[in-house]
Amino acid sequence: MSDARDGLLECLRDRFGERILAAHRKLGETSIDVAADDLLEIMTALRDEETFRFEQLTDLCGVDYAAYGQGEWITEQASNAGFSRGVRGNNFARLGLTGIYGVDTIETNTGRRFAAVYHLLSVTHNHRVRVRVYCSDDNFPVVPSVIDIWAGVNWFEREAFDLYGIIFDGHPDLRRLLTDYGFIGHPFRKDFPLIGNVEVRYNEEKGRVVYEPVSIEPRVLVPRVVRHDSRYADADGPQEDAGRG
Amino acid sequence: MGDIRSYTMNFGPQHPAAHGVLRLVLEMEGETIRRADPHIGLLHRATEKLAESKPYNQSIGYMDRLDYVSMMCNEHGYVLAIEKLLGIQPPRRAQYIRVMFDEVTRILNHLMWLGAHGLDVGAMTVFLYCFREREDLMDVYEAVSGARMHATYYRPGGVYRDLPERMPQYDSSRFRSEQDMKHLNAARQGSLLDFLEDFCNRFPACVDDYETLLTDNRIWKQRLVGIGVVTPERALELGFTGPMLRGSGVEWDLRRKQPYEVYDEVDFEIPVGTNGDCYDRYLVRVEEMRQSCRIVKQCIDWLRKNPGPVMVDDHKVVPPTREEMKDDMESMIHHFKLFTEGYSVPPGEAYAAVEAPKGEFGCYIVSDGANKPYRLKVRAPGFTHLAAMDEMASGHMLADVVALIGTQDIVFGEIDR
Repeated sequence: MSDARDGLLECLRDRFGERILAAHRKLGETSIDVAADDLLEIMTALRDEETFRFEQLTDLCGVDYAAYGQGEWITEQASNAGFSRGVRGNNFARLGLTGIYGVDTIETNTGRRFAAVYHLLSVTHNHRVRVRVYCSDDNFPVVPSVIDIWAGVNWFEREAFDLYGIIFDGHPDLRRLLTDYGFIGHPFRKDFPLIGNVEVRYNEEKGRVVYEPVSIEPRVLVPRVVRHDSRYADADGPQEDAGRG
Repeated sequence: MGDIRSYTMNFGPQHPAAHGVLRLVLEMEGETIRRADPHIGLLHRATEKLAESKPYNQSIGYMDRLDYVSMMCNEHGYVLAIEKLLGIQPPRRAQYIRVMFDEVTRILNHLMWLGAHGLDVGAMTVFLYCFREREDLMDVYEAVSGARMHATYYRPGGVYRDLPERMPQYDSSRFRSEQDMKHLNAARQGSLLDFLEDFCNRFPACVDDYETLLTDNRIWKQRLVGIGVVTPERALELGFTGPMLRGSGVEWDLRRKQPYEVYDEVDFEIPVGTNGDCYDRYLVRVEEMRQSCRIVKQCIDWLRKNPGPVMVDDHKVVPPTREEMKDDMESMIHHFKLFTEGYSVPPGEAYAAVEAPKGEFGCYIVSDGANKPYRLKVRAPGFTHLAAMDEMASGHMLADVVALIGTQDIVFGEIDR
């Protein structure tokens, strides 16, 4: 899905200058990072100005960078733990901070934990751009809502709020979207356990559906492993991490 | 005359016209809808989170289950994103096979849509007709992958295996007469491509049949014309893609505008509506079936003439054949590594989109260099369409909601994910 114009990145740099915090063009995709404070202004310009004309917001998603680049299969020396070191390792990406195995701590307030990623499409010019906004406060991530710029973002923002707890300031109806009525927590955060916290069943005696703590154990068949593979080293220049790192 | 008070009504989640598990909370004034509030998520399986806990290849099967009536197109989006990150390109033959199956899938999807839409609005017969043809295409799926629906056929680097030389045939049983058997197996004497070609020759006449039943049907038109009108500008703003956008008159098709695989080499036309109502979207989709049929035919011709590999030869990503694995130590190691750990994808991020039958299906993958995606976001076309339900339904009658759900081609697997 390469965008048709190679010069888009330069146009963006010329237009916004310092307000673009980071920009790169990789794999045929242009992406820029901007600050939350500049978001509305930049997005409005991206939609309205003739050079850009991004009429459509294709996608918005939240990302939690808390566990970025962390593998489970790490060892510095020969170990006799074998497979179990990947399986029983304490990794919140898998088990959750709050779970019984949870010992890892998430670095507090890096300001780089949560991000909202926007994918914009211009039908007129046939190009795409990716815009990323980091939330400056990890404990209370807030991003201004772009609902006045693209009406179609409505549910995307609700979804990101539901799954990551990112607050979209200015959204008129920021309710949960995908999770159960009365759900607690934001399930796609890296510190939320994959198996969840509660399970549901019908209780015959009480004659109603009851919520109980999960009874299943998490099971890992393939540990997560980060390989810095030299095969790809010169493929696209030095790869810099998309998130922190 | 008493006052007519507005009241709230629940539509679904258990309703035959809700296409799965849609719960619509409707604020009604008499029979007119003032506000529609879809409650979704009843089929939420957290596919994206599950994908984060599995090696890349193990999530391909989950993609089938997103939009479970256009299975291979979903796989395609996911596989394309991985290939983009890995920097590999499948062989030409695999690309043609993918295009062919994308179009088979499009026909499958549109047949399901037409049948269900017709049924919702009150046309029973067309449902039966559609499912008759759907069955043949399901057999094609089964012949190539072993599964009628959830194929898991596309892999990063190509497709799982080449097209079979022989089309499976019906067995005799005490419920089938000799004559029936002959009839059923008539088109199945040759290869898969022969069967598909036969289908493509038959299919345009079938579409004519559906059109005879519907296109000029007075009731059908009364139910669809002028319902759910969306202007082109508004459609773009709301994030519409696919037939929903083209029905409003925007000529936008990723197959043409941002061609992937070999779409720039096949010949097809993009139907576009003018009024942006349900009827135009119906016409667009029906024409798309004809165009898909054309593409499939072109692919068959190409595939007949050009045998070749269907997978890249890079054993860091693609497992070696069984034979190689038994003979060669290095292949053995590759095999072992791929099936125990999978391949690691270089750090970075990629968004790849395909023109799925319902619109733009995109996968955004963030990789941190691990053997599992760090973050996978599935951009489902139906999601934005359903989000616009409130706007499309307001001011219409209750019965039109059913037509709107039909025209949006709602499938909950992809909306809830």
